[in-house]
Amino acid sequence: MRIRIAHVTAYHYDRPVKAVIQTLRLTPRAHDGQHILAWRVEVDGAARLSPGEDALGNRLHVLSAEGTLDSLGVRVEGEVEMLDTHGVVRGAVERFPETVFLRETPLTAPDEALCAFADAAASRGTRDRLALLHHLLEAIHREMTFDTEPTHAATTAAEAFALRRGVCQDLTHVFLAACRHLGIPARYVSGYFLRGDGVVVQEAGHAWAEAYVPALGWVGFDAANGISPTDAHVRVAIGLDYLGAAPVRGARTGGGAEALSVSLRIEQAAWQTQA
Amino acid sequence: MATAFDEMTGVPGATEVREAYVTLKRWLETTPRHLLDTRRSQAELFFRRIGITFAVYGEVEASERLIPFDIIPRVLLKREWEILERGLKQRVTALNRFLADIYGPRECLRAGVLPEDLVYRNPCFRLEMAGVKVPHDIYAHIAGIDVVRVDADTFYVLEDNVRTPSGVSYMLENREVMLRLFPELFEEHRVAPVEDYPDALLASLRSVAPAGAGRDPTVVLLTPGQYNSAFYEHSFLADKLGVELVEGPDLFVRDDVVCMRTTEGAKRVDVIYRRIDDDFLDPLVFRPDSVLGVAGLMSAYEAGNVTLANAVGTGVADDKAVYSYMPEIVRFFTGEEPILKNVPTWRCREREALAYVLDRLDELVVKEVNGSGGYGMLIGPHASRQEREQFRRKLRHAPDGFIAQPTLALSTCPTFVAEGMAPRHVDLRPFVLTGADGCRVVPGGLTRVALKEGSLVVNSSQGGGTKDTWVLDA
Repeated sequence: MRIRIAHVTAYHYDRPVKAVIQTLRLTPRAHDGQHILAWRVEVDGAARLSPGEDALGNRLHVLSAEGTLDSLGVRVEGEVEMLDTHGVVRGAVERFPETVFLRETPLTAPDEALCAFADAAASRGTRDRLALLHHLLEAIHREMTFDTEPTHAATTAAEAFALRRGVCQDLTHVFLAACRHLGIPARYVSGYFLRGDGVVVQEAGHAWAEAYVPALGWVGFDAANGISPTDAHVRVAIGLDYLGAAPVRGARTGGGAEALSVSLRIEQAAWQTQA
Repeated sequence: MATAFDEMTGVPGATEVREAYVTLKRWLETTPRHLLDTRRSQAELFFRRIGITFAVYGEVEASERLIPFDIIPRVLLKREWEILERGLKQRVTALNRFLADIYGPRECLRAGVLPEDLVYRNPCFRLEMAGVKVPHDIYAHIAGIDVVRVDADTFYVLEDNVRTPSGVSYMLENREVMLRLFPELFEEHRVAPVEDYPDALLASLRSVAPAGAGRDPTVVLLTPGQYNSAFYEHSFLADKLGVELVEGPDLFVRDDVVCMRTTEGAKRVDVIYRRIDDDFLDPLVFRPDSVLGVAGLMSAYEAGNVTLANAVGTGVADDKAVYSYMPEIVRFFTGEEPILKNVPTWRCREREALAYVLDRLDELVVKEVNGSGGYGMLIGPHASRQEREQFRRKLRHAPDGFIAQPTLALSTCPTFVAEGMAPRHVDLRPFVLTGADGCRVVPGGLTRVALKEGSLVVNSSQGGGTKDTWVLDA
């Protein structure tokens, strides 16, 4: 399946900004089942982009701009050919042994309730790690409600779990916290998801998890949708948690208040489209 | 617990005196008490006037206070110091090679010198540093190695501090005060000087400047600001080094180059002696809520356009679980037997060790692997039953987070207390500098003293005091 993505982020400042610096993780890499046909990241004239790579092998751009800016725009456009691998990720860049992904982070530290929840999911009589991970995925999908209201970017796994609510970021953090508590290496994935219901315009990118299964390697688990990723999941960046895979992290000098608008279209591309 | 070795008399309360203290003891016995009392108040006045204070976290009142200074110096003979010095250089060399290895080829992990887990799962092992080349492969430019003595010949390293070790300003100020108050004592002793520490530090920092920095690299000292417990030391050192004392907002990054805002415009910065923790260095890479750091600093660092001292990610080497493997680390990276001893350490992450520790909580010292400053520590023999039970729960809940050690009988040194002169437990933090031309240790260091009778906690955050430390040249 061919997926076309157009993702525009625009910042408007109520007073001119003197300097902006951002790190962008908005460029996917290829791996088995994910073939990049075309990909472009562009910024407004005033800003510069310098490409690089982070510690985990994610494609990175450092955006910087100085002067007096009233606004800033980042445009991402691309087309990707996807194959369903049943969530198994092969051929991706791996810079570290999976043990690294057992590490707890402030966003994924479990509390007693989350540990008890993970232990309960693990005690359902299976010694098979893949089956256990699917139990966990189902349990989170069942227990937690998708809700954009109560959480924010800095909400921890334990906080979201206590609310039993959150967005894909929160559900993914809960999954990571539970996995690591059970001694299973797990990591955060940020990316794009082609909806199955024909809705093209979305409000935000997507996030899911990958957990390590010795016989298979890294396997994806999308807690928000309760499924393993399919050919509808475009994988962009990985991290220990949201912060490591965040599409945009930035800082600026001056500028007062900021208004952010995002326009995101994810659609199935027509076969005849030439990239 | 064995009886402590006394630095002055050997055996506590004995009448004989050890060689290093012969002159000092005579002086203490012949100087009238009222004169000593006067000098003690003068010393305190001096410290108050220069404003050398230390903020203590977790106390509502007296958040800034004077660290008590004791006028009786702690004295080491040159031959004792030489052994220590060799041991310290060997240890810091090994620590630097260890860091270069785990952020590079990871040979020690392949060779099984220590379990991979201890490195990979350690939050202080910074993934961002993997494959980053730092000038001359030096990570710990400034190390504070805490050493304790248990008898005439035996020194143990209690912990390695290779993140942002503090205390060197006290070493320098203590000496200055002693020189002013007791010039006669310095006439009778040939005390090795410590005053050239700032010059040596500056030389080390300049020697690790990036290749593109030119012949006169710009060095700055980056402080978290005046609310940090060690701010006094930051401003003191910047002044002694003759470099700018800057806070995060004074710096910015443009095209992977770090610049400082000055009245004459932007000035390129080559070396940052940073006294802020990794977590706060760059909000784009570490804690996003940090207002103390510089956005983009890590990308300038990774591009090799600026040197940070100490390097990012050194904390993995002074983790207390990694500490327990230091003898193996020293052997692997230097091919020598360790000169300084390691305190025997039970790693609570190991099932049998945990059982042993839980059985002997009343005998052992239990420490958090990531703790410092004497926080998060249980001294079994001195703890209440309630405190021990609290630690028992913590140990059962998260054993990986703890190590345990026997309660060492730290040596004592005569100290002025309310009742007069009495032995109090001491440790020693020598400062080891590493630059392009190798390791250097200024003779002496900071002697910390536990002022409470019988107490083994010397940390200034826990009510410890300090002493001048003398290495006698002859």
